[in-house]
Amino acid sequence: MSAHWLGHHHGQQQSPVHRLPVALKLGAALLLILGTVIVPLDFTLWFGSVAVVLTLVILISRISLLFLAKRLLVLSPFVLGVALVNAFHPATRGLWLGVALKSALCLLTVTLLANTTPFSGILRVLQRMHVPALLLTTIALMHRYLFVLADESERMKRARASRTFTRTRRLQWQTRATVIGQLFIRASERAERIYDAMCARGWK
Amino acid sequence: MHIPDGFLDAKTVAVTAALAATGVGLALRAVRRELPPRRRPLLGLAAAFIFAAQMVNFPVLGGTSGHLIGGTLVAALLGPGAGVVVMTTVLIVQCFLFGDGGVSTLGANIFNMGIVSVGCGYALYRLLARMFPGLRGQVAALAFGAWASTVLAAISCAGQLAWSGRVPWATGFTAMVSVHLLIGIGEGFITALVFLAVHRTRPEIITDTGRPLRGGELIRYGLLAALGVAVFVAPFACPWPDGLEAVAARLGFEHQATASLIPAPLADYHIPGRHWGPGATALAGVIGSLVVFGLALALGRWLVPQPETKPGAGPGNS
Repeated sequence: MSAHWLGHHHGQQQSPVHRLPVALKLGAALLLILGTVIVPLDFTLWFGSVAVVLTLVILISRISLLFLAKRLLVLSPFVLGVALVNAFHPATRGLWLGVALKSALCLLTVTLLANTTPFSGILRVLQRMHVPALLLTTIALMHRYLFVLADESERMKRARASRTFTRTRRLQWQTRATVIGQLFIRASERAERIYDAMCARGWK
Repeated sequence: MHIPDGFLDAKTVAVTAALAATGVGLALRAVRRELPPRRRPLLGLAAAFIFAAQMVNFPVLGGTSGHLIGGTLVAALLGPGAGVVVMTTVLIVQCFLFGDGGVSTLGANIFNMGIVSVGCGYALYRLLARMFPGLRGQVAALAFGAWASTVLAAISCAGQLAWSGRVPWATGFTAMVSVHLLIGIGEGFITALVFLAVHRTRPEIITDTGRPLRGGELIRYGLLAALGVAVFVAPFACPWPDGLEAVAARLGFEHQATASLIPAPLADYHIPGRHWGPGATALAGVIGSLVVFGLALALGRWLVPQPETKPGAGPGNS
């Protein structure tokens, strides 16, 4: 149900990029992003090579260009807006076109990483890097139940819509808040069951 | 308020990352000490809950809609340490899985929306709830805390953008604060409504009530937030009167940029008849906060039928 807004590719596709070790991909992505952020704008060699690397990754991993373009457009309305507005003002044009370029390159890098690497793999690398276990467990649980709760909220929204006609704005707010409160209660009950299940399977 | 990559320079990235790591470290320690193992999976579920709750849209005027941000709500439900951990988790997953917010700016985003928002929102909520006892007072304090947390996070964000030399302080401050003054009102309203909905049906689920107010905890997050404000905001507050002319000279195009970024016709929040200066801004801030707190008290009276309503005795919904 959540596939329409998730839109992830991994699992269905296999390519040399998908099979690379996760630690290597994560390290390379962080290096590319930090480098792109820090390097001054006139260092065109860096931006050129980043663009070449990313193009190669796109070609080898066979991720559809349309999908990438959609992700970039959906995620960067703020960047595009600011860049477009400032592009007409000579004083800030250079700076903001540069920021937009950097921002787009970083976003492309993260999108490629997320779509060629399973999330659990990234968590395993972070575990090896001694990120606190409590934080990692929390991230792993969030990632696992994200879609479950999103679907649950979708179902509750539909149930609410099928029971109430469009009413005044005040009541709409109140019913939606009740849905969210109910969602928290369900999440909390689910957490208890998950804890029991984890203990039953030998989690310490 | 998610800052994308490239909007902050190297020094801001480094400082915000250090501040965020310290805050998250403190929060993790507090959670490990206080939260029984049985409740720990709830952190992950609460993070997933915040994510799902952010997808529920609330209708605002003219066909636009807003959604919950959730920092103050989760702190009020689970406690401040858990709140910081949950918001951090949400931001990490949004960044790496959905590309929402940059990787290099993750520290800044965690600092603004995790530490400043949760810490300040929670501190205001608990302090005001103590001054105004009863469920009405609690709801009012929570609504006000949620509003203030949104505005403070926006101020911190504007400070970081200015410190990076990307957006001039005056432009960034005006744009961010004026938008988030309004967003914060929605946030306070939703937070109060959701808190009441949980309180009516399952009050025992709220782990934070009944916990004594621990001064040390508030002081730690407060200090961290204050440190951040001192680093990001103070440099602009001092040369403010001198900077005014420079800003005015540039105002021609910067106002245009601001106007097209925010399509809504926003009333400026400074006091008419006075020249725009730090004094007027501070005065406007104080008056605005008082007005919002008055609204929050009214909201509490409106939402909670009788002051002596006991938990569990409220009207059953559904």
